[in-house]
Amino acid sequence: MKTVEEINEKIRNGDVVVVTAKEMKEIVSQIGPEKAAKDVDVVTTGTFGAMCSTGAIFNFGHADPPIKFKKVWLNDVEAYAGLAAVDAFLGVTKPSETKELYGGAHVIEELVSGKEVELRAIGFGTDCYPRKEIETTVSLEDINQAVMVNPRNAYQRYRAATNSSDKVLRTYMGTLLPHYGNVTYAGTGELSPMNNDPDFRTLGVGTRIFLCGAKGYIIGEGTQHAPPFGTLMVKGNLKEMKPEYIKACYFPGYAPSIFLGIGIPIPILDADLARATAIRDSEIKTTIIDFGVARRGRPVVREVSYAELKSGKVEINGQEVRVSPLSSYYVSEKIMKELKKLIEKGEFFLSAPVERVKGSEVFKPMKQKEIRVVREFMTKAITISENLGIEEAAELIVKNNVNHLPVVDEEGTLKGIVTSWDIARAVTKGARKVSEVMTRNVITVFPEDPIAIAISKLEKFDISALPVIDAKRKVLGIVTSETISRLAEVS
Amino acid sequence: MLLLLRFDAKTVREPIISITAIKTGALINILRADVGARRGEIIVEVPDEKAKEVEKTIAEMGVEVHEITKTIARNDNCVHCGLCVSICPTEVFYINGDEKIELRVEKCIHCGSCIGVCPTNALYFPI
Repeated sequence: MKTVEEINEKIRNGDVVVVTAKEMKEIVSQIGPEKAAKDVDVVTTGTFGAMCSTGAIFNFGHADPPIKFKKVWLNDVEAYAGLAAVDAFLGVTKPSETKELYGGAHVIEELVSGKEVELRAIGFGTDCYPRKEIETTVSLEDINQAVMVNPRNAYQRYRAATNSSDKVLRTYMGTLLPHYGNVTYAGTGELSPMNNDPDFRTLGVGTRIFLCGAKGYIIGEGTQHAPPFGTLMVKGNLKEMKPEYIKACYFPGYAPSIFLGIGIPIPILDADLARATAIRDSEIKTTIIDFGVARRGRPVVREVSYAELKSGKVEINGQEVRVSPLSSYYVSEKIMKELKKLIEKGEFFLSAPVERVKGSEVFKPMKQKEIRVVREFMTKAITISENLGIEEAAELIVKNNVNHLPVVDEEGTLKGIVTSWDIARAVTKGARKVSEVMTRNVITVFPEDPIAIAISKLEKFDISALPVIDAKRKVLGIVTSETISRLAEVS
Repeated sequence: MLLLLRFDAKTVREPIISITAIKTGALINILRADVGARRGEIIVEVPDEKAKEVEKTIAEMGVEVHEITKTIARNDNCVHCGLCVSICPTEVFYINGDEKIELRVEKCIHCGSCIGVCPTNALYFPI
């Protein structure tokens, strides 16, 4: 059992033992957690990935005559000015009003690399702040404070993405190719800070961290914190950051964002923490979700471990699918090594949190006015095989008093649909089997789709029923215009 | 070796590739084909040892032949995230033992898919 103060004393004396999270896995597997806890004092963890919930607070100082910002732009990217006179918050995903593929992230990157940016503002023109506009250029040296304050960074783990639809999707998870063409995932798994201390014993308000080359601090759990999908809120001085750990980016079709480097030292206080820092990618599970469904509740395609994702290939529906990371393992390792060196040289001391990050939290969806979904309107579907005879199909239609028979294979996967009209047509042309008259290109809905989506599809394609299917195209039921109008009247 | 073949209104209708394969015995792999109303462009992969013979045979039939030497390139913007890895149809990009993204440029077929995907604008075709 060690304390953070004892570890800091070792740092001062120059005999602290620091290893990276990557090295720690090997050490624990060789000598066990008890011995590792005695031998190792600090494990450095790291992550370097696109973190959209990032920004910086600036104080520009007063102009003469002074101005209170009504609106303010840096290189034509608007910053939020609803604060005191010359304070503003610039978010990284805010796009430029004049320049394509440029946004708040790029302004922050330019400032960190020592460049000047153009400041343009309009003011209210009050008695105390009479000025109504100003244009000037500023660099980090000219600004009083430039503090990075990020509501949500360093995701513990993240849902991997794929796309079942027939279109290329351009998302914040990168470009997703159609028909499960690829999978993308974010986070650095076993190297990632929160995975190495999953009970958050050493992570909380006041934990000193490495933020883009500067000393920063955790200031609480981040927004949407919901372990094991934990997040951190962090701050750090922009003026001390290094360009190599901060990189503006732009996800085509989505928005600007920023790659950030975060390193967190985990003090090995006891064997439990040694054991925690030995976590492997194979133990870290997430899910692959389908961005082909444009809803909040995107269907889960399968569960997956970070070890499988990192291998570069995963299996989906029996097919091998290639995987791309979104976080840089290369820069993450560089951060772990850099932080290790800083601690060994006595330039970085650890701090214990004054309040730990919460161990459990729920990420609630947005409260909306009630939306009715397809599931409420769904009725049982009478499904048939494509080899069924026309007469038998006609009998089913009469017996069940329905107009639509979804056609499925042995697994219940949707293959087509037959209507009473198709049956009538089959009789006139002498067709014998369902397969000869069925419609193969079926318009469908998902059970959690808002009913408004089903109604617009019925109208758009001028049809009277939609099979309700799951992500694997299994038929769950059917929704017809009749049921919709009947139930809508009742309510 | 990758060859870019430019067909004109006349040659675009001829079975140039098949004739060349039979004549030279070279295994010709068509990587990309764009056929327009009066012209066409095909990128083929041929074994290095047969490349000169194939080039000569195709050129004799009136098709323009260019060796593709300038393939995809990368600048310092690369942060080694790996988003390009699963996009490239011919697996030009891979992650090496140091977790860095490396390029097997000899596999590049000039499709440009990776360029529009890279979040840091690090990939380009040299002019």
